[in-house]
Amino acid sequence: MLPVIEARVDEPSLQIDPGLAARWLEAFLRDEMVERRGIGRAILGLSGGIDSALVAYLCARALGPANVYAIRMPYRSSSPDSLSDAQRVIDALGIQSETIEITDAVDGYLRHAADADPRRKGNVMARMRMLVLFDQSARRNALPVGTGNKTERLMGYFTWHADDTPPVNPIGDLFKTQVWALARHLGVPKEVVDKAPSADLEAGQTDEGDLGITYATADRILNLILLGYHDDAIAARGLDPRDVTLVRRRVDSTHWKRHLPTTALVSGTAINEFYLRPVDF
Amino acid sequence: MTPLAALVQFKPRKGDVAANLAAMRDVFAQCAAWDERPALVVFPEAALTGYFLEGAVYELAFDAATMARNVDEQWRASGASGPGDVVAGFFENYSGAFHNSAMYLRCGEPGGPRIVHVHRKMFLPTYGVFDEERFLTRGRRLAAFETQFGKAAILICEDAWHAIMPTVAALKGARLLIVPSASPGRGLGAAGELESTTRWKAILSSAASEHGVYVLYAGLTGFEGGKGMSGGTCAFSPRGDLLESAGPLDACIIKIPLDLAEVDLARATLPLLGDLSAVLPDLWLDDEIFPQAAALRTEERS
Repeated sequence: MLPVIEARVDEPSLQIDPGLAARWLEAFLRDEMVERRGIGRAILGLSGGIDSALVAYLCARALGPANVYAIRMPYRSSSPDSLSDAQRVIDALGIQSETIEITDAVDGYLRHAADADPRRKGNVMARMRMLVLFDQSARRNALPVGTGNKTERLMGYFTWHADDTPPVNPIGDLFKTQVWALARHLGVPKEVVDKAPSADLEAGQTDEGDLGITYATADRILNLILLGYHDDAIAARGLDPRDVTLVRRRVDSTHWKRHLPTTALVSGTAINEFYLRPVDF
Repeated sequence: MTPLAALVQFKPRKGDVAANLAAMRDVFAQCAAWDERPALVVFPEAALTGYFLEGAVYELAFDAATMARNVDEQWRASGASGPGDVVAGFFENYSGAFHNSAMYLRCGEPGGPRIVHVHRKMFLPTYGVFDEERFLTRGRRLAAFETQFGKAAILICEDAWHAIMPTVAALKGARLLIVPSASPGRGLGAAGELESTTRWKAILSSAASEHGVYVLYAGLTGFEGGKGMSGGTCAFSPRGDLLESAGPLDACIIKIPLDLAEVDLARATLPLLGDLSAVLPDLWLDDEIFPQAAALRTEERS
């Protein structure tokens, strides 16, 4: 009998080399902010979660801690842990910070929207935070930096024209599991890395509870979808067909959230249709 | 003395031709100060403008004579004494057809610049992040042209990804392949190196060793609208060995000694190019590969 060597069929990997990723993303921030826009200061909303913590670390490494402004924007129902976890990041990095409560502003509007359900309230909070962030950006001549990751962008798990508005985003092409890997490598506080991700819009809320799937599973499925695999081929890799369907539906129903508004084309010079110039031109 | 090539990992300012020409002049001045001046200076693809221009390519393209004059002016202003060879990528307006081109140019000659060759990129990537053929016209010819090093050929970026291109260049007599490139980096999974760079090196090494040619690769660096050009400037010996390489992120210059006798030695010990020359007619005339040729022959007979 001859020995038989069976080929191993690996699933496309989500692993990253975190050292290389950090260098690449820091160079991105320096090039896109300092060299292209001439702005050496970053401002971001620091929620106490891992995404904004990671972005704070990348900005501090790329621009220096003195050039990073972290704005905490709690609502009255926000978890106290969010504030204290954000403080751990501020203290660890030595970045500048300010806390601006959005409760008065949000409640001021909600007095005129008594029928608002939790989802609408959450969107109002997200949009209020972006209003504050952009105003603070103008005040400090600092560029807002985005903190949305690839998983939530693909799942449509964000408020349109709120979380996605900053002009640069270093982690938008990293899946959530890759965000975790990079955050661990950079030394983001353990309390921030290990806690259950949450939009913190309601008490006890978690992302994975909202989405109905774990990030680890969602990322595997998303990666395979993006590589062109059909649902049955994805399920054949040991993934629950119900999970595959859930993720596919979320992606397919939210393409619009990853685009600018749909504009009626009436000419041969329509912007971004016929008149095509790159963003950095 | 073994001639020296200087491979420039270049970080252009998007759309600012004057600034990029000035940066080119600084490179020439730096090289002119070396004890041994390079005989050849290679810049990447789209060095004078940056790579992703979309419709702005029509505003920033110029003809070959203008390109030659512009580069030669920088050479003369740099304090370089005497002539030297330069390769650089630019967007070319060729009588209203727009090309992604690279010029091999002799600078600093008493009579003015001498255009040795202009290669117009033949494989225009138009998929994923790439959109070249929407704005540009394909080149139609791959040439091996005479230089001070013997015959050379230029392959621009994706040109080099098709194994037949280095093959044809080598069959036409090229001993030196020059590859100006602008490659957006992809893949953070490989240890210490972009996956796209690892793939580039495998392709270039394979081309060098199969045909016994020097391969000189010059890559753009810097981010363009979130897309990071992967640098990775490098050179391979005619035996396929990596002579030197740069990282992805910083502008730099790599010095490569070009010992052209190595080409003969490599080909003597691994005569694959000679073998190919002998077998090529059988491959070339295979009707399964070139059914058009078979159809033509049938037409001629009838």
